[in-house]
Amino acid sequence: MTAIQPQLTPQAIWAVLDTVPDPEIPVVSVTDMGMVRDVQIGEDGAVTVTFTPTFSGCPALHVIRDSIGEAVRGLGASAVEVKSTLTPPWTTDWIKEDARERLRQYGIAPPAPAEDGLIQLQADATRCPRCASFDVRMTGSFGPTLCKRLYVCDSCKEPFEGFKSV
Amino acid sequence: MTAPAMTLSDVQQAALIRKLTALADDEIILAQRGGEWTGHAPILEEDIALANIAQDELGHAGLYLELRRALDGSDADALAFTRSADEFTSARFVELPKGDWAFTMLRQYLYDAYEALWLDAARKSVYEPLAEVANKAFREERFHLQHTALWVERLALGTPESMKRTQDALNALWPYVGQLWQPVEGEGGLIEAGLLPDLNAVKTRWEGLIVPHLTVQCGLILPPGGAEQPGRDTHTEDLAPLLDEMQRVYRAHPDTPYW
Repeated sequence: MTAIQPQLTPQAIWAVLDTVPDPEIPVVSVTDMGMVRDVQIGEDGAVTVTFTPTFSGCPALHVIRDSIGEAVRGLGASAVEVKSTLTPPWTTDWIKEDARERLRQYGIAPPAPAEDGLIQLQADATRCPRCASFDVRMTGSFGPTLCKRLYVCDSCKEPFEGFKSV
Repeated sequence: MTAPAMTLSDVQQAALIRKLTALADDEIILAQRGGEWTGHAPILEEDIALANIAQDELGHAGLYLELRRALDGSDADALAFTRSADEFTSARFVELPKGDWAFTMLRQYLYDAYEALWLDAARKSVYEPLAEVANKAFREERFHLQHTALWVERLALGTPESMKRTQDALNALWPYVGQLWQPVEGEGGLIEAGLLPDLNAVKTRWEGLIVPHLTVQCGLILPPGGAEQPGRDTHTEDLAPLLDEMQRVYRAHPDTPYW
């Protein structure tokens, strides 16, 4: 029987998960993206982390699962189980406010509020992450990763990627 | 959190496994056909888009096979990479060679509309694990349908050449599409029990969506419906060469861990 490490608190686990980057967009963490749904510590010190995939075909899921396990084991957890759940389904609305700003600085337009059912009349339009112009055009409804689309800014002429709103 | 699955009778479980496998097989084969365009699509953005769509479809196959694993402990990779053409249960509609761009876009469009509407209905399944998968996949499928519907319109209303190719594609595909609406053995019982969507209701919605779009909006002529199709145990001669290519690496190195 392993003694529970004193530093193994839910707060400490959430804090270490804040440092696990999204492998495809390293300026944001898995918690910034809203992918970590739950952290539980069992009586024997075994940790269960529940995460939800962004897109079901995302090839980074295995990397994310491994990185989460490794980070929590680094805190001294005797055993780590990384479970995935589909319910409720992930939405870009869960991306944290400050992470949206980091995405923008990285050159990716953050997602507009997701529409589930009725359209949102006040939804922010996509703007250029470099010059903030709304004078942009979508050039590809799919992008280099499943979560993004391609745009070009007609004001500063720069091409850029924007998050899909899911 | 993932809800505990309901208890199924042996007959229900066998039928559900058949259905989940058929759904996954269609996704795998269509994804492989989509992937054949990688590096060859007319423009870079479309190359990327089709690869994205194929990757999403593979993700959906993974979700269906995960539901199957929960029922019988089967391994998704082994199912995808070691079964022969005789053991696959894909529809001939998805097996047909990729054809030209019009054929590829029109097939993907007809399939995306079917999949999106089937998933929408499956969100109400009393079998909670399927409802969860449907809720997830439905949100992704909307992007596909938006994209391929626009392409069909663009091609049909483009030049005389693109219009002709789109009409040819519709004529070639239409006799095969009916197979998507054939229930697998035992599916009727699962529909009655509320586990699976009513195929006829989904088909009615599908026709209401795509027929006006193809005819009124795109100016295409709907060919007469084809004759009754054989079931999913009958394949085109195109499936075996596709599997040959898709399974080559796995078969050559079956024990190699790739993650």
